[in-house]
Amino acid sequence: MATEGLLDGARQLKIHGANGKHSPNVANGKANGVKLVRKNGLSPGVRNGMATDVHSKGKEKIRSKESFEEVPLYTAVMTYMGFYLLVVLGYLNQFLFAPPVAKEKNRKGYVPLYNRFEQFYSRYVYRRIRDCWNRPICSVPGAEVVLKDRITNDYGWTFEYTGLEKKCLNLGSYNYLGFAEASGPCAEESIESIKKYACSLCSTRHELGTSPIHLELEETTARFLGVEAAITFGMGFATNALNLPCILSPGCLVISDEKNHASLILGLRLSGATIRVFKHNNMKDLEKVLRNAVVQGQPKTHVPWKKILIVAEGVYSMEGSIVHLPEVIALKKKYKAYLFLDEAHSVGAMGPRGRGVVDYFGVNPHDVDVLMGTFTKSFGSAGGYIAGSKELVDYFRVNSHAACYASSMSPPVAQQIITSMRIIMGEDGTHEGQKRVMQLARNTRYFRRRLHQMGVIIYGNEDSPVVPLLVYMFSKIGAVVRTLVSKKIAAVGVGFPATPLMEGRIRFCLSAAHTKEQLDNVLDILEDIAERLGLKYSQLPRYKGVIQYEDEIE
Amino acid sequence: MGTYWIPTNIDELLGGIKEASLLHFFLEGFLVASLLWFIFRKSYKKRDVHSMSKEEEDRLIEEWNPEPLVSTPRQDHPALKPHVVTGKAGHYLDVDGHHCLNLATHNYLSFADKPEVEERAIQSIRKYGVGSCGPRGFYGTVDVHLELEEKLAKFMGMEEACVYAYGFSTIASAIPAYAKRGDVIFVDEAANFAIQKGLDASRSSIYYFKHNDVQDLERLLLEHEAKMNPRKAKVTRKFLVMEGIYMNTGNICPLPALLNLAHRFKCRTILDENVSFGTLGETGRGVTEHFNVNREDVDLIVGSMEWALGSIGGFCVGSSFIVEHQRLSGLGYCFSASLPPLLTAAAIASLEEIERNPTLMSVLHGKCQDLHNALSNLGEAGFRVSGFSEGPVKHLFLLNPPEDLGKHQALLHDISQYCISNGVAIIPASYLDQIEAQPRTPSLRITANVDLTKAEMETVIKVLKQAASKFLS
Ligand SMILES: Cc1ncc(COP(=O)(O)O)c(C=O)c1O
Repeated sequence: MATEGLLDGARQLKIHGANGKHSPNVANGKANGVKLVRKNGLSPGVRNGMATDVHSKGKEKIRSKESFEEVPLYTAVMTYMGFYLLVVLGYLNQFLFAPPVAKEKNRKGYVPLYNRFEQFYSRYVYRRIRDCWNRPICSVPGAEVVLKDRITNDYGWTFEYTGLEKKCLNLGSYNYLGFAEASGPCAEESIESIKKYACSLCSTRHELGTSPIHLELEETTARFLGVEAAITFGMGFATNALNLPCILSPGCLVISDEKNHASLILGLRLSGATIRVFKHNNMKDLEKVLRNAVVQGQPKTHVPWKKILIVAEGVYSMEGSIVHLPEVIALKKKYKAYLFLDEAHSVGAMGPRGRGVVDYFGVNPHDVDVLMGTFTKSFGSAGGYIAGSKELVDYFRVNSHAACYASSMSPPVAQQIITSMRIIMGEDGTHEGQKRVMQLARNTRYFRRRLHQMGVIIYGNEDSPVVPLLVYMFSKIGAVVRTLVSKKIAAVGVGFPATPLMEGRIRFCLSAAHTKEQLDNVLDILEDIAERLGLKYSQLPRYKGVIQYEDEIE
Repeated sequence: MGTYWIPTNIDELLGGIKEASLLHFFLEGFLVASLLWFIFRKSYKKRDVHSMSKEEEDRLIEEWNPEPLVSTPRQDHPALKPHVVTGKAGHYLDVDGHHCLNLATHNYLSFADKPEVEERAIQSIRKYGVGSCGPRGFYGTVDVHLELEEKLAKFMGMEEACVYAYGFSTIASAIPAYAKRGDVIFVDEAANFAIQKGLDASRSSIYYFKHNDVQDLERLLLEHEAKMNPRKAKVTRKFLVMEGIYMNTGNICPLPALLNLAHRFKCRTILDENVSFGTLGETGRGVTEHFNVNREDVDLIVGSMEWALGSIGGFCVGSSFIVEHQRLSGLGYCFSASLPPLLTAAAIASLEEIERNPTLMSVLHGKCQDLHNALSNLGEAGFRVSGFSEGPVKHLFLLNPPEDLGKHQALLHDISQYCISNGVAIIPASYLDQIEAQPRTPSLRITANVDLTKAEMETVIKVLKQAASKFLS
C-alpha cells in the first residue's frame, strides 16, 4: 500500500479509537430496549407494494427523507485551507524538483498541448491521492472483489504491481441487484449466445447489425418499463451523447439539473440548443426557470422557444438524491415542456418492482416523454436504452446518430440484460428478482440509518442505494479510501473537480448481493474510521435506539 | 455554465489561473467574485423593471404552443424495417432468411466468428461475468484491460495505449480531450461521422480540406497563418485530423505528404485508423506501416476493435505524454463503464491471431486487390468503384444516378435487396444526410474478407451485373 504522509497521519489517530466497535448510541439503545419506530412511514413506492393502480395514488405520497446537511463552518474553513496548502506545497514542489514525467519529444516550437494549471493540478494535487483510483481488479465485481495489489515508491508518480491480490468487500461497483456473476443463469445464457451469435456483428443497426437478440432485448425492455417501445445502444454514455442532439436544435431550450451526468451535458452541447441550469432537485428554481423561459421567450428577440426539454436523472450518482418526479411531471405539464429522464442508476434499483423511479413514485411511465437508462448498473451488463411511445422510438430508429454510425450491441451483452431483466420481472418462474429488489431496498435503508446514527454526514435520499459520505477535505478522501482498503473494503472516493472543491466524499454503492453480516462489518469499520479521522460532522440529533435490520422490510 | 464540472474544463472554469503564482491565484479569485457580484446585481435589477403582472404571464403561458418533441418519421424508412441477421455474421450470413455471402459487415479477418476468439470470450465470462459495473476509475479496470493496453502499445511500438468501451466514442472523445475552444483543426472533408462529432465537441474552429488533396490543405494552412496575428498564433494549437482508410470513400490518405505539411506548420496530428488498423501494412500495423513512416511523427493514433478485431470498443496509442491525458480528460473514457471483460478478452485473442499469423495480411491484401479488379470491370454495367485497391472497404457508385437524392437512394436499396435475395449481402452505406458536415454521394459499401475465393467473387460480379441489367437499364 502507498505510504504517504497522509496515511501516516491516519495511523497516529488510531491510538484514540481503541474501542470503536460499538458506538455509545447503539449500546444505549440496547440498554433501554427501545425498538425502532419508523416515524416517516414507508417509502412511497414500497408502500404501494405490488398494487396495480399505482398511478392514481401518486399524489398522496409522503416523500421519504432526503438530506443535504450543511457543512459546519469550521470544517469549511479547514477544507479550503487544506486545499490551498496543498496547492502551495505543490507549487513549491514544482519549483524545487523536476517532475519525473514523460516529456514531449520532437515537438519544439509547437504550442504547448496542455493548459498549465490543469497539468499542475493533476501532477501536484491529484497525484497525492492518485492511488485511490483506477485500482485494477481481477475478479467478477460481485459482493466481493479481488484487487490487484500495487505499490508506489515515488509518491504516486508510478505504480508497481506486487503480484499479490486482495479480496475486498465491494462497495464500489454499480452492481445494485447483484447480477455481476460469473455463474448462474445470466452467465450461462450469455455464453450460449456467443455460441449462437458470436461476440460482434461488425456492423451498425442501420446496416446489418440487427439480430433477433436485439429485437428481443428491445421488446423486453419496453415491457419491463411499461411503455410501447424501446431502442438500445452499445454504450450508455453514447446513448445520451448521440441521441439528445437528434431531438433538439437551435431555438430549443433545455433546462438541465446542475448535477447532470457528463454524457447528458455533452449531448446537450452537441445539440446546439440553449441550455439553462436549475439548482439540484430544487423544484422552486425549476419552476422559476421554466416560467421565465416561457414568458420571456428567446433572449433579445423574445420569439417563443420552439420547445422546452427538462433533463433530469432518476438517482444522482454523486449526490445519492432522487429526482422529485411527481413535481417535475406536474411542472412539465403546467408549462408544456417535455421531460427526458436518465434512469442510469435507478432502473432496476428503485421501486417495488425494480422498474426505476417511475415505479418508485408510482407515476405513469407515459408521463415521461423520453425514458433513458443504462444496462451497465443493475443488469450487470453494458449499453443503454431509450424508451417511450412508438412514435418517439421510431424517430430515434431513423435519426439516432448511434443507430446509424455506431456498432450494434454485442450479443452476449444483450443476452445478459434479457436474462437479468426476466429474472427481475419474475418471468423465470422464481421470486429471485423480487427478492433481490427487496434485499437492496432493505440493505439501503439499514446502511443509511446506521450511518446517520453514527453521526457522519451522508447525502441523499434514504431509499437511494448510492450513499455519499462527506469527508470534505481533499486529503481525507485519500486517507479514508486507503484505510478502507487496508481493512478489505473497496469504496470510491470522489473529489474536486468531479465534485465542488468543498465536498470531497466517499461513495458506497449498495448491492442486493450484500448480506447483513457484510454490512455490519463495514459499519463497524466505518465507525472506527469516522472516530479516528474525525468524520462525525453531523450536528443533527441522532436516533438512540437499536436499528434492526429486520425492520427494514415491508 | 458555471456548474458543469467536467475535468476538461478546469481551464475554462479557472481561466485566469494560468501562471504559477499564488498572489495571482487570490487576486483572480477576488476579481472574479466581484465581477460575478456585479453581473448578478445588475441582472437582478433589470428583471424587476421588465416584470409583467402574473395574469399577463399566465396568458403567455396559456398561449404558448410548443412544437412536438419529435416529428413522425416516414413509415417506409429502411431503418424501421431493418434487415435481421440470424446467427453469426461470418464469411456467410443469413439475412432475412437468405443465406448470403457477406460483403457488408466489417469482418475483414473473419475474427468475429473465429472459434479461438469465441472460446476466449466464454472463458472470460466464466471468470469475470459480463459487465464491468463501473468506469475505469472506480474499480472498472479489470486486469484484462491492462493486458490489452499493454499488448496494443507493444504491437504498435508506442509507449502507451488506452482502451475505450465503444468505437464511436473513442475518436469522438479523443479529439476534444486536446482541442479546445480557440484552437483550430484541419480535417479532410470525407472524415467519418465520429470525427465530426469530436470536432463539434471540441468547439474549435474547423477547416475542411478537399478529400485527400494535400495542396488544398497547404492553401488552408497558409491562409490561416497569414490571417492569424502572431501573438494569438502563439497560443493557438493546430491539429490535423485524418483517417488511414476513409470509411466514407475507401481511399487511403497520403500520409507522408500530410505529415510533412503538419510538421512544417507545427500541427499536431490525430490519425483515425478504424479501418486501416489490422488491415494495412505487412503485419497489420496500419497505414503508418504501409507507408513506412515513423509512428512517433503521428501524435495520436486511434483505432477500432469493432471491425478487423471482431470485438467492440476502440483504443488510442501514442506517447505516454499524450495518451495519459485521456485518462483524466477523455469524456467517454472517464464517464462510462469500461469495456466488458469478455470483449476485451476477444480483442486480445484477435490481436494474438494477427501476431501469430504473419501471412494473414498479404492474403488479405491479395483478396482486396482481386475484389477491386473484379469490381473495376463493372463500368459497362453502370458502376464505378472507389477505394484503395488493397484496402478492405470499397464504394460502388452509380455512373448515371438519378438527380433526385431520394430516388438515388431507393435505387441502391433495390439493388441491395436484389443482391440479398440472390445470395450476396451488399448494402448501401447509411448516412444521416441532413447532419453530415458534407453531402455524401449514395453508394453501395462493399467489404472484403480474407476468406473470399475467386469463385465467390465471380458470383458477386454476376449478381451485380444481373441487378444492373434489371434496375439500371
Ligand atoms: C446518469 C448517467 N448516464 C449515463 C451514464 C453512462 O453509462 P455507461 O456507463 O453505460 O456508458 C452514466 C454512468 O456512469 C450515468 O451515471
